[in-house]
Amino acid sequence: MATMRDKYAIVGIGHTDYSLSSGRSELDLALEAIMAAIEDAGLGFNDIDGIVGDYPNRVDPMTIATALGMRNFGFFIETDFGGGGVPGGLLHAIAGIEAGRATSVVCYKSLNGSSKLTLPGFAFAVEPHEHGFTRPFGLLAPVAYAALSARRHMHQYGTTSRQFGAIAVACRKHANRNPNAIMYGEPMTIGDHQNSKMIADPLRLFDCYVEADGAAACVVASAERAKNLKQQPVYIMATAQACGPYLSRGTKDPTIEENETSYLAQQLFSMSGLVPSDLDVLQIYDDFTPFVLMAIEDLGFCSKGEGGPFVESGTIEWPDGKLPLNTSGGNLSEGCIEGFNHIVEAVKQLRGASTAQVKDAEIAMVCGANGVATSGLILRR
Amino acid sequence: MPYLTGLPLPESHVDYNEFWQGCRMNELPVQKCKDCGWYRHYPRPLCPKCYSWNAEWSKVSGKGMVWSWTIITHPIHPAVVDKVPYNLVEIELSEQEGLRLISNLIDCRPEEIHIGMPVEVVFEEVTPEITLPRFKRTS
Repeated sequence: MATMRDKYAIVGIGHTDYSLSSGRSELDLALEAIMAAIEDAGLGFNDIDGIVGDYPNRVDPMTIATALGMRNFGFFIETDFGGGGVPGGLLHAIAGIEAGRATSVVCYKSLNGSSKLTLPGFAFAVEPHEHGFTRPFGLLAPVAYAALSARRHMHQYGTTSRQFGAIAVACRKHANRNPNAIMYGEPMTIGDHQNSKMIADPLRLFDCYVEADGAAACVVASAERAKNLKQQPVYIMATAQACGPYLSRGTKDPTIEENETSYLAQQLFSMSGLVPSDLDVLQIYDDFTPFVLMAIEDLGFCSKGEGGPFVESGTIEWPDGKLPLNTSGGNLSEGCIEGFNHIVEAVKQLRGASTAQVKDAEIAMVCGANGVATSGLILRR
Repeated sequence: MPYLTGLPLPESHVDYNEFWQGCRMNELPVQKCKDCGWYRHYPRPLCPKCYSWNAEWSKVSGKGMVWSWTIITHPIHPAVVDKVPYNLVEIELSEQEGLRLISNLIDCRPEEIHIGMPVEVVFEEVTPEITLPRFKRTS
């Protein structure tokens, strides 16, 4: 895979409006995002010959292909797992092209939060098969796992709720420049964070993602093909999936040095030949603030246990921070499209088209969900 | 009265049934590799340390400590609308570092719970088929 660097590119992006309740089906939303991405690339529907979805999915690749009237398409797959799997979808797109089974692959994610449990959401989209060991005790939603990991991080390193809040505040600040963010026009201070409703102590409402209706998509093609398309290509320097023995549906132990996200970092940096200080902007999966803080540590942007002071220092805030994070507002404030919104935002940054544009941004990272099997991307313009 | 009632209960599963059968007899059987001695939970067919298929259900002491905890204060699922606030703990069993399971503490107010707190298992029968391993503090 070392030779994969810069051989493939994101040539088109598309997304719907993000809202709390669209009144539209996941298929409807997915098709809008996919059609927008294809059009953005300057391609026709007949050019698309591969489809990559993300499990769990209510609208699978076959349904998309049928709805688009696609004939004779020979490459389709769904990646594992939820917010961890989304960036890795592009790895599979590349694999399909590399194998000669496709030339232009569309990747997508579509969600309809309003059709799920709304109490206030945060319910498992699918039940892990070991649920008999958790549900009878009242571990019924991902926020509870995040709370257990967060408490352990606080115990071990002295991390505080205000430090988790610094992540939420930065994302909200960025969302307030993005008219498509669900929390656009709703500023948040650290005081607002500290006063928000406790959900699963130590996690408050503003530590949690905004469940959303919406879809996002992109088109992947070879760099060679990208040269003749409409947009300036965004090159894929590295993409990887990562899983480790200490996770997958247990609670993430934040003190263990080797984990899914550290394995991801090793792969992404080794493939790209970069080091953390080369990055201009970060898009890190933000279902719950503590997992962002842990990802920043595991990716090597600071040492283990130093995530709290790192996020509190202003480093992650646009425009003055050195490493702006989730510049569209992320899942915490733009709306949770399970991290596909992070891919779209990374591409916008590298096209110079973000609403919180990092000056001269050349290299962006996308990191999938922490504490589950994950995946990521390093992109360049 | 059990600590929490009305929640979804374990369903029969060929890899897990012996755990729940043990709990019904007020035992805590944890899968242990017969070759390298490594405990594993949740149960699964193969030892992740030495790849041995030989395993036994070892009746562990039920003693351990609170590895982490949370208080669920908002009903995050219809099943707990009238249950909040309740505690949720992750217990590390004394047999092996990292051998952890999710449970509840039956005898603690939220402000009394802390990481490192010594605990031991108690068994709560919730139906004739299902007994759940919960925990209480020890001195």
